[in-house]
Amino acid sequence: MKKNMGRLGRLKKTTKVDFATYLGVTAAFIVVSMLRDQGVLTRSLTGMLVPICCYIVMAVSLNLTVGILGELSLGHAGFMSVGAFTGVITAMSLQSAIPFAPVRLAVAMIVGALFAGVAGLIVGVPVLRLRGDYLAIVTLAFGEIIKELINCLLVGYDAKGLHIAFNISGSLTIDDLNMAEGGIAIIKGAQGATGTTTIASFGAGFVLIMLSLVIILNLVRSRSGRAIMALRDNRIAAESVGINITKYKLMAFITSAALAGAAGALYGLNYSNLAASKFDFNTSILVLVYVVLGGLGNIWGSIIAAAVLYILPEALREFSDYRMLVYAIVLILVMLATNNPTIKGLFARLREKLTRGRKAEAKGGGR
Amino acid sequence: MGRAERPRTKLVPVPATNFIPERDVDKSPILEARHLGIDFGGLTAVNEFDMAIGRTEIAGLIGPNGAGKTTVFNLLTKVYQPTRGTILLDGVDTAGKTTVQVNKMGIARTFQNIRLFNNLSVEDNVKIGLHNHIKYGMWQGIFRLPGYWKEEKIAHDRAMELLSIFDMQDLASHQAGSLPYGAQRRLEIVRALATNPSLLLLDEPAAGMNPSETAELMDNIVKIRDTFQIAVLLIEHDMSLVMGICEGICVLNFGQIIAKGTPDEIRNNPEVIKAYLGTKGEE
Repeated sequence: MKKNMGRLGRLKKTTKVDFATYLGVTAAFIVVSMLRDQGVLTRSLTGMLVPICCYIVMAVSLNLTVGILGELSLGHAGFMSVGAFTGVITAMSLQSAIPFAPVRLAVAMIVGALFAGVAGLIVGVPVLRLRGDYLAIVTLAFGEIIKELINCLLVGYDAKGLHIAFNISGSLTIDDLNMAEGGIAIIKGAQGATGTTTIASFGAGFVLIMLSLVIILNLVRSRSGRAIMALRDNRIAAESVGINITKYKLMAFITSAALAGAAGALYGLNYSNLAASKFDFNTSILVLVYVVLGGLGNIWGSIIAAAVLYILPEALREFSDYRMLVYAIVLILVMLATNNPTIKGLFARLREKLTRGRKAEAKGGGR
Repeated sequence: MGRAERPRTKLVPVPATNFIPERDVDKSPILEARHLGIDFGGLTAVNEFDMAIGRTEIAGLIGPNGAGKTTVFNLLTKVYQPTRGTILLDGVDTAGKTTVQVNKMGIARTFQNIRLFNNLSVEDNVKIGLHNHIKYGMWQGIFRLPGYWKEEKIAHDRAMELLSIFDMQDLASHQAGSLPYGAQRRLEIVRALATNPSLLLLDEPAAGMNPSETAELMDNIVKIRDTFQIAVLLIEHDMSLVMGICEGICVLNFGQIIAKGTPDEIRNNPEVIKAYLGTKGEE
């Protein structure tokens, strides 16, 4: 019995891990801001700061669905898309109403989150009855449907308000919106959002990351989060102790979608031109790769994976045409390395030695 | 945190079952199954299952493998909806109810093949059992409002108190999946108790335990009944446990009840001996 007890891994103090995550992100933000202000970062790297923030939020929020709820979703980019375009429409329409850009950005992100959350609800109610592969296929289809819908969307804004047309036949143009003099076209069908005033900033990205971390980490450590993880670990047992499966699945799914929507709004307001085709299946898979490589259910893993893997293709530019080939090889190597029993064992031994050393010290100090 | 008072129904006459213990006889039974049956396709898995369990009774359900014992548990907890018959819990018909609703009405269970939340800590497993007794919403949890701290403190204390039944407080921060087999079984019982049941269903609680662990478990089941004043229905193959603590026993064979009675009656029932217990010579 005693021997057995020694082998049982004591769980870490979760609060410590959470605080380390907050601290790490804050430190990284301060360092990167300073480097940027000193002019150390290259132009292309500076331009990537906001998208990196967006993809970190995407990865962290997808981790809620895939890692913590345990359901495979292949349509996460769809929610990002909903958030991006509703965010752009909101920000462009409110240009005169809210002249102060940061507030407009915040409002746009909230609207983007709300619409994506509603999309999450609409998709989630029928879809979360399915399990495993089926859920993956339906979410995949959802992402593609959203992309096609936005491809047909014409949106303009003038003094009278929003003009929206649905261009199914393909024959309509922005002139058919019958806008008054001085109206602006916000979304032009397949061309997407054009002429957007870019108001996204690295600071806003940092705030969004911190906010999603607070929401997800605190959710996981609360009553609702325990219920979500319970139905991941054992659905039948969760039901037997009185946990409402549908409610908690939806809660996780909608929270995840809303955060993706906020990230989308930030992303959309970072580019003056943005087409719906940006948020296709590849983007969903890219985010899923971040989540899987960062570790399912491991929030700070998602953050690091998203940041590193987003920069990687850029850093591999010198390989020119072979860039994506090298990228794929790096992904495979990371996967092998993180799953290698020898390396895992090495880390486990190191950790054990470190903690043992600390315990021994503590004991010595006590005397 | 005392046990919440559940509205007691008007007393209904106890059906003609001869093994509800003396102290429970003048109360309505907590569980009453009448003519319960289920078919899977053409196969009748359980048929004409009648049973009543007293409010503080420890009852046993025994029978050879494949007799339909776990199916009865699944019917009582609505994992399967019965094809025939009615189940009354505290006098209330559970027809059309879901597993979640039945749990809220007061039935908690453990599983034959242990079903813990393996990746979570022991304490979290118990807190998940307390889920419907922790009163704060999603937003209070996310923003850590005062309600969160207050309710989590209560939940922690309650979880520790429940774990202390089996002296498991020291294991609270361990991962549930890493516990030894016996401890996992005990944790399942604690988790079921956390839902504040009035009827506890134990599916082979002593499976895989050594004789001394089994003896300890027997004491603990009686202790649980005495402290919580609840009814226990258990499926078990370990006859020392069944005969030792059950006040009433029901024997199932091929989905049919072949005998009901006190341990002594069951031990000497020729049909039970033939179908299940066997004679001394055969062992």
